[in-house]
Amino acid sequence: MAGEVFAKIVELISTKKGVPADSVTIDSSFESLGMDSLDAVELVSDLEEVFNVNIPNAELHHFKTIRQAVDGLEKAIAQ
Amino acid sequence: MVTGAGVISSIGKDKETLWDNIVHCRPGIGPYTTVDSTAIRFKNGAEVKDYDPAVYFEPKDLDMADRFAQFAIIAAREAVKQSGIEITPELQQRSAVICGTSIGGVVAQEKAYIDLYKEHKTRVHPLSIPRTMPNSAASLVSMEFGIHGPVFTISTACASSNHAIGNAFWLVRNGICDMALAGGSETPFTYTFLKSWEAIRVVAPDTCRPFSKDRQGMILGEGGAMLVLETLESAQARGATILAEIAGFGMSSDASHITKPDQLGAERALRMALTDGGIAPEEVDYINAHGTGTSVNDSMEIGAVKNVFGEHAYKLAISSTKSLHGHILGGTSAVEAVVTVLAIQHGVLPPTANFNEQDPDCDLDVVPNASRPKDINVALSNSFAFGGLNAVVAFRKFKA
Repeated sequence: MAGEVFAKIVELISTKKGVPADSVTIDSSFESLGMDSLDAVELVSDLEEVFNVNIPNAELHHFKTIRQAVDGLEKAIAQ
Repeated sequence: MVTGAGVISSIGKDKETLWDNIVHCRPGIGPYTTVDSTAIRFKNGAEVKDYDPAVYFEPKDLDMADRFAQFAIIAAREAVKQSGIEITPELQQRSAVICGTSIGGVVAQEKAYIDLYKEHKTRVHPLSIPRTMPNSAASLVSMEFGIHGPVFTISTACASSNHAIGNAFWLVRNGICDMALAGGSETPFTYTFLKSWEAIRVVAPDTCRPFSKDRQGMILGEGGAMLVLETLESAQARGATILAEIAGFGMSSDASHITKPDQLGAERALRMALTDGGIAPEEVDYINAHGTGTSVNDSMEIGAVKNVFGEHAYKLAISSTKSLHGHILGGTSAVEAVVTVLAIQHGVLPPTANFNEQDPDCDLDVVPNASRPKDINVALSNSFAFGGLNAVVAFRKFKA
């Protein structure tokens, strides 16, 4: 599942934000990918829809890296 | 000079009730009822309680006025009545009406969406355009009082009403008008609009806790407020009670990000208001904050206040009454203007409600959870809106 979430993140970022897929790593920060807080909201909203989960706002606003987003989504999926 | 003030909000359908709830720190926030919240993540809002349009309007008048316009008219009526001003034919030519709103007649717009997309009707109500157009509140207020001077609407998201009030102040100060009705209104409770706010992830799941360390965002509110502005000469000539003076107005644009505020932009608007009013920073006793309760705005705003006021920032009081009446979007700074005027008039600092724990980044006197007496000579009212648009109005106690 971790692989699936990360793969979907790479797909969304590369197709919607034009960021080259191979520049997105698990340790990338959103900032390093040229993404701001609104981009992060958009990404997590898309992921919520894909995986049919809800991420609380308070948690979402603390996602600063791809790893944090992956961990947050995995936790929600497992619940 | 402010000689009249009127308001309708979740904490009072008139000025006296609103002020009583401000002084006693009674928020109007709770589960909203005019929209089914089942499919919406946040359940709370600040609705006007027990509002019956029939109490205020004849059926034929309601035909034209969507909810947001109704609120502007109600507030304008209270303001004009309280001011005691006689709007003569001559004054009608020399008066302005400026209203702020971010979305206008969204209740009527939602009805049109439902008719077409859900009910599959082949037409919408013939008055959908006049009801939804954002200028309808200003137009209907001008019709209510026969005002023929400059009448328009300003839409700058959460700063709309401050922009309206500030520009009305300049019209009167510059002698273009002798009187102005200025303020704004908003009615955000429709399913579409609430879902839109849900999507941008800034609405709190519980309540609005500005400046508190555990704040989780804003709470949407509805309402409207209007001020009567006139020259000192006019007010004194007719023996009017002057509630307060508008002393200055500042505006700026962040030109930075469409939603995230830029502290430099806020500082520019604050400094411009002080300069426009000839106000030294040390004169400011109270700031009615933009204070939405979001993590980003509140810390930014405190940072801006500290930079503009230096050491004096730790002597003034800054509270957010959005914790009581909610964030009324395009109408919020009109309600906050009335609150600020009342604070000056009564010598009482409005509280920041729902405050739990100090945020180290917001370590100023935010008047937590209880109002308290204070002789307020100069106050500011801040608005820092989406789109990076900032407007600050400076008020001064009038001393004859």
